[in-house]
Amino acid sequence: MFSTGIIVFREVLEAALIISIIAAATRGVAGRTAWIAAGVGAGLCGATVVAGFTDVIADFSEGRGQEIFNASVLLLAVLMLAWHNIWMAAHARKLAGDMKSVGTAVSLGERGLWVIAVVVGLAVLREGSEVVLFAYGIAAAGAAAGSMAIGGLVGLACGVVTGYALYAGLLRIPVRHFFTVTGWMILLLAAGLASSAAGYLLQAGLLPALGNQLWDSSGFISSDSAVGEVLHILVGYEARPAGIQLVFYVSTLVAIGLGMLWSGRRSRRPAGTPAADKQARPVPASS
Amino acid sequence: MSASKILRNFVIAAAMALPLTAVAVDEYRVVIENHRFEPAEVKIPAGKRVVLIVENRDATPEEFESHELKREKIIAGGKTAKIRIGPLEPGRYPFFGEFNEDTAQGAVIVE
Repeated sequence: MFSTGIIVFREVLEAALIISIIAAATRGVAGRTAWIAAGVGAGLCGATVVAGFTDVIADFSEGRGQEIFNASVLLLAVLMLAWHNIWMAAHARKLAGDMKSVGTAVSLGERGLWVIAVVVGLAVLREGSEVVLFAYGIAAAGAAAGSMAIGGLVGLACGVVTGYALYAGLLRIPVRHFFTVTGWMILLLAAGLASSAAGYLLQAGLLPALGNQLWDSSGFISSDSAVGEVLHILVGYEARPAGIQLVFYVSTLVAIGLGMLWSGRRSRRPAGTPAADKQARPVPASS
Repeated sequence: MSASKILRNFVIAAAMALPLTAVAVDEYRVVIENHRFEPAEVKIPAGKRVVLIVENRDATPEEFESHELKREKIIAGGKTAKIRIGPLEPGRYPFFGEFNEDTAQGAVIVE
């Protein structure tokens, strides 16, 4: 029962932390709760379908199907997070400003919001399909199934509570730093997912390793320790990264970072030069 | 050495190298039964690519996972999966079944 709870907790935790970061990052945006809920719903449906087709997916491309599928889901999520962050870079100042003055949700239109539904949906899909498969194993366990199911539910609840705790913690960050922090978190999250995708493609033999193991920091923070797992989810920590993973990580970081800079600058330009802009709008920038 | 000789030698060398990369990947069988790996230890040579053929004889799915080998693969009940590993340095690389971690423990021994 205990071990069942741990396994479910691990899988749920990853999706829960991603959802809470997304929820925090879209704080103050009208309609985002509905989009997140839609993402969770679609992700759960997708997870059941993926779990049901595990065999079919696995047999694709000479047994490389699972790796290709996982890598595709991860890279799609990276793309969506990139889009989201670049889009947010243009709106964060308005959001932070309005949140302080009005204190209510700001409508930015729903143009950029479907992206968060996709990100949330993909996270739930990926982790959820493993939970569904695992639950199938529990159901087949017979006599022990009851206590294992309770363990699973406890694990699920703990995962959701931890996700909520992160969300509540993020909301305590002062408004003027808020979107900078969530922007950085999403940036690192995306880089970590890209590195995981590279790991799957390497496992499938579709990418060169460029160094099987760049370093081994498992003596410092082990990948299977609680800290190691949380860091893996949040910033893509790997105790024994392959070269190609680092390449994916850094490229993603740089590409999205440059996109955010470009988008942030562009959104400020109509108000004047960058220097004049600071003086013209002191309220959202400081205080 | 004339250009045609170099070319001929190159073609011969390439032809000799080809089967090495295409065929000579050794396969090692591991069976999952009653949530245990059999054999629990797989010995493979250092510096070579090999394939682990993991057959899940249980009715329930299992996830073959190893932090040391950087591998993570779900194997449905009654199914067989190929897990490509190597080339590796000599050492012990533990793996486990994530869905039944209490019993499903094993290791690849590279020597």
